[in-house]
Amino acid sequence: MTDGMKLIALDSSGLVASAAILEDDRVRAEYTLDFKKTHSQTLLPMLDEIARMTELDLSTVDAVAVAAGPGSFTGLRIGSATAKGIGLALGVPLIEVPTLAGLAFNLYGASGLICPIMDARRQQVYSGLYAFYGDDFVTVREQKAVAAAELAEELNGMAETYQQMIFIGDGVDACRDILEAGLTVPHLYAPANVSRQRAASVGALGRRMFLAGQTVSADAHTPVYLRKSQAEREREEKEKAQA
Amino acid sequence: MNGHTDILAIETSCDETAAAVIRDGREVLSNVIYTQIAMHTTYGGVVPELASRAHIEKINAVVRAALSDAKMALPDVDAVAVTNGPGLVGALLVGVAEAKAIAWAAQKPLIGVNHIEGHIAANYLAHPELVPPYLGLVVSGGHTHLAVVRDYASFEILGRTVDDAAGEAFDKVARAVGLGYPGGPKIDAAAKEGNAEAIAFPRAKVNGSEYDFSFSGLKSAVLNYLNHAEMTHEEVNRADLAASFQKAVVDVLVGHTMRAAKELGIGAVAVSGGVSANSALRAGFEEACGKAGVKLYLPPLIYCTDNAAMIGAAAYHEYLSGRRSGYDLNAVPGLKLGER
Repeated sequence: MTDGMKLIALDSSGLVASAAILEDDRVRAEYTLDFKKTHSQTLLPMLDEIARMTELDLSTVDAVAVAAGPGSFTGLRIGSATAKGIGLALGVPLIEVPTLAGLAFNLYGASGLICPIMDARRQQVYSGLYAFYGDDFVTVREQKAVAAAELAEELNGMAETYQQMIFIGDGVDACRDILEAGLTVPHLYAPANVSRQRAASVGALGRRMFLAGQTVSADAHTPVYLRKSQAEREREEKEKAQA
Repeated sequence: MNGHTDILAIETSCDETAAAVIRDGREVLSNVIYTQIAMHTTYGGVVPELASRAHIEKINAVVRAALSDAKMALPDVDAVAVTNGPGLVGALLVGVAEAKAIAWAAQKPLIGVNHIEGHIAANYLAHPELVPPYLGLVVSGGHTHLAVVRDYASFEILGRTVDDAAGEAFDKVARAVGLGYPGGPKIDAAAKEGNAEAIAFPRAKVNGSEYDFSFSGLKSAVLNYLNHAEMTHEEVNRADLAASFQKAVVDVLVGHTMRAAKELGIGAVAVSGGVSANSALRAGFEEACGKAGVKLYLPPLIYCTDNAAMIGAAAYHEYLSGRRSGYDLNAVPGLKLGER
C-alpha cells in the first residue's frame, strides 16, 4: 500500500538498541545494535545515520513509533524521551507499541502461540501472549510480570488451543532451564535474526496502530513500566505490615 | 536568529524538571521549573526512580511552556543546551535524550553543560556587571566547591568537600532532628527562633588542604548531641540546635571563601547553589564582604536551586567558544567541575 506515510521507529527497551525508518509498507532502513554501549550513546547516532543514508526529509515524517514498555526502566525512558523530543520538534504524534507485542510481530504468520519474554529480574519475566489468525494479530494475554515457572504452567494449560509455543526475547537466556523443567507442551526457540527487539517490527505494527487511529500526543506519552519503583513497593509493604 | 543568541536549556539532574530560554547568556526570556519536592517529601528524600519517572511525564510540557513564555517557536532558537552531569544518572538521561532529540529534529547545535558550572553562571543572570575573574562558591545538596573563575569557562578549583556536601548536611541534620525534608529551608526557619551560640559544634579543618570542606564530622557531632540528650532525658531545643548547626556551616563556608579572597587578592565573590538561599549564609557573606571591602554577588532565590536558566547562561559561553556536543552525548553522573 502506498499512502506516503513515513514513520520513525525506536526500541531501546532491552539489551538491544534499534532504530528504523519506514515508508508505506517498506522498511527504508533499520539499524540494530546488541552491544555493550549504552542506549544513550547509540540510539540517536543510529537514527541520524539511517536518516542521512536514506536522505530523510524530517518535515515528511508522520509519527514516531516507540517500544513503550515494559523493559529496562532507564532504557525505556531513553527511547521515550527521544520519541517525545522528536514529536515535540516535528509536531507529530507518537505510537505506543507495547514492547512484547512489537517483539511478537517479528514472527508474523507463525503458527502457534508466540511467547516473547524479557528478563524482569527477581525470578520473573515480562510476558505477553500473541497469535496470528491469518493476517490478524491477536493479543491472547496482555503483558505482565510473571514468574517463569508460573508462565510454564499457564502455557501447559493452553495445550489444547495451541499446538506449539514459540519463545523469543532476552528472557530465554535467563529462564530457559526453568521453562524446560516446567513445560509439557511442544515449544520452540526463535533463531537470532528474530529473537530480539527490532525497530522494523515496532514500525510495522506501529503502522497498523496508526491506521487504526491509535496514537497519543508526544506530551502525553509515558512508558508502561508494569512495576512500581522499589521505594514505592517497600513503602506499601511497610504500610501493610503496620495496618 | 534576530541578532541575539537565544538558547533553549533543559535541566533534569535531580528533582526539578526545568527548561528556559536565555538570551545572550544574561537575559531570562523564560524560566519554567516543575518541582517534585512534594512527591519526594513522602519518602524523606529524593527517590531516583520516581524522579526519573516524573521527568519523563513532565518534560515536554515544561519545554513547551519555556518556549511559549519566551514567545518563541523552536526554529527561533539558536541552540539546545542540556545538563549532562553531575547528578542522578536516570534523571539526567531523560533531559539528555530529550534535548538531543529536539536538537536533531530541529537541526540545532547541541551543547552539554556541566551542572556545577551552571550554578556558577546563575549569578550572570541577575548581575550584568559580574565578569571573571572572581571567586565562586557553589553550595548545594550535591556540591560544595570553591573555585577561582578565571574566565567564563575556565575554573581553578581551590577546595571541595571531602565527604558530605553542605546541603546534604542540612538534609541529614533536619531528618535527625525531625524537621523533615527538604532540610535547608526547614533548618533556616527553625534557626530563626534559636540561639546560634547555644551549642558549640566543631568547625572542621581538612588536614593539608586549607580550602577543602568537611561536614560529616559536624553532622556526627549533631547526632551525638541528640543521642546524649536522649540518654540523659534532656529536652533538646530544636531551634537552638538548628541555629548552632547552621552557624557552624556558615562560619566554615564564609571563612574559607574570605581567606581565599584575601590570600589571592580577589575582590569579588559569587555564591550560588541551593544553600545560597539560606538566610544565615547570605547574611554571613554580606557582613564579611562588607568588612573586607569585597564585592558580593548572590543570585535571587529563584536561581539558587536547580533551574535551566543557569544552564542556558553557562551554555552561552560554550556556544561562543564553538564547542558542540555530538548525538552520542551521554549522562555523566560524576562529572567534575571543569570537565566536559
